[in-house]
Amino acid sequence: MTTVETATGATKTMVLNMGPQHPSTHGVLRVLLELDGETVVRAVPDLGYLHTGIEKSCEDKTYSQAITLTDRMDYLNPLGNNLVYCLAVEKLLGLEIPKRAQYVRVMMVELQRISSHLVWLGTHAIDMGAMSVFLYCFREREEILKIFEMFAGQRMMTSYIRIGGLALEPPAGWRAAVERFLKMMPSRIDDYESLLTGNRIWMGRLQGVGYISPEDAVALSMTGPTLRAAGIPYDNRKMFPYSSYDEFEFDVPTRTESDCFARYMVRVLEMRESLKIVRQAMAKITDSGPVRTEAPGIVPPSREKMKTEMEALIYHFKIFTEGFSPAPGEAFVTVESPRGELGCFIASDGSPKPLRAHFRSPSYINLQALPKLVTGQLISDVVACIGTIDIVLGEVDR
Amino acid sequence: MAEQLRAWNPNAIEEVIEFRGETTLVLPRKILRAVAERCRDHAELQFNLITDAVCVDRFPHEPRFEVNYHLVSIPRKDKIRLKVRLAGSDPVVDTLVPIWPGANWLEREVFDLFGIRFAGHPDLRRILLPEDWEGYPLRKDYPVEGFRDVPMMTGFRKSSV
Repeated sequence: MTTVETATGATKTMVLNMGPQHPSTHGVLRVLLELDGETVVRAVPDLGYLHTGIEKSCEDKTYSQAITLTDRMDYLNPLGNNLVYCLAVEKLLGLEIPKRAQYVRVMMVELQRISSHLVWLGTHAIDMGAMSVFLYCFREREEILKIFEMFAGQRMMTSYIRIGGLALEPPAGWRAAVERFLKMMPSRIDDYESLLTGNRIWMGRLQGVGYISPEDAVALSMTGPTLRAAGIPYDNRKMFPYSSYDEFEFDVPTRTESDCFARYMVRVLEMRESLKIVRQAMAKITDSGPVRTEAPGIVPPSREKMKTEMEALIYHFKIFTEGFSPAPGEAFVTVESPRGELGCFIASDGSPKPLRAHFRSPSYINLQALPKLVTGQLISDVVACIGTIDIVLGEVDR
Repeated sequence: MAEQLRAWNPNAIEEVIEFRGETTLVLPRKILRAVAERCRDHAELQFNLITDAVCVDRFPHEPRFEVNYHLVSIPRKDKIRLKVRLAGSDPVVDTLVPIWPGANWLEREVFDLFGIRFAGHPDLRRILLPEDWEGYPLRKDYPVEGFRDVPMMTGFRKSSV
């Protein structure tokens, strides 16, 4: 128990320990809350319960081996993590990726964005007491995971995006599967909106809660839907286009209220925009063409070549034993993950293992604003604030 | 950008590195804070968002540490990397928290994993590791499997040999 001075004189405050095992902290986050009655006076997040040293492990693996580690950081956005890591290595190597592979990458990460927002919407609704939305969201997410399984053979830890292109050719029948999803999804998003957007309880729990001014949001390095809900249209897909995003037409939804409800609206609108991008990407992906770039010694050769060409066999062996050595230098790439600006910094010293691999995880940096969001709010609103920042603890702690 | 800063202070930049379309300005440690403030406030620069701080350990080369700050200018759609080099015997640099409050956790992470001291930081504590952790795991002289003894059993080996 500590004492703080308030407007009415000295009062006793209470310190409440929320987490690390608490259903609404979405993993193992611990927040120390100092409370005056039900009002939060001070909040101190305590992290690191899921720290696994992924960045250190990357330094002990060859460039291609580290891809599987990136899957496990933000486990709701594995394809986005693969993408940012591969883009960084490709930038270091100066590789050009075939257009077809770029479009498939765009389609996959946009589907991933929808699935991540669905998990966010479902779990946030459960935090706010709306059980049924959770079930509907996970029903639709299952459809996306089935598409991923088709493409990569894995539902979650896909490792589908590889250095130089993709792991596999898109499977037979993928168009029909994605088309079916695109047909179904718009009306399902309408369903969520009819359940939530005009719902008085939902509005009451979210509107006016967790306000942060646009100036503070930028100063605290917030990115993603939380920053766009404050009225700043900062989106890496538009600002610093990567993977041919400049060829796609889509809007960046923004809101100006900067409260929890605005963040909810931004995410729902983003799902609709992602559907538009997936549709455009489908039209751009040709039925044939390379999905991997030709780079002997860096990108594994096709099975066919390995059986007919001696050199290809040697390269294959070298890639999977020794690895490849990019020129000494540094590269920093940022992409727009469902949670904000996801960055990857790689420094090479000319050896087959990275000198340093660092991930700029959006959840970690957005979480920094939590004390600002919750101070002065009621304790029940803390749950709404943590929810709408949309943290994934695997990525926060890495 | 580099000329702009050189016109303001001829000693502001030690080196300009261009690699794969990225610009890195290497700064003397003493004036990092002043340059960072100018990067944020000057009308032609306007770097209002600090997106990342990364440390690289080049052990056994000296100066051993490099701290990289990645800045973004949202109004100008531009990026820049500021870099300071620090000797292993004296890994101290001025904090950037007064300029960008978002640098707080970024610097805490670098402190936690590399042991770089940020002079003037308001809350320089470990953030990912427990308070009583010994050593700085991302330094190159820290083994991947850690210092703790793992009992060896016949037929098994340590994860990374």
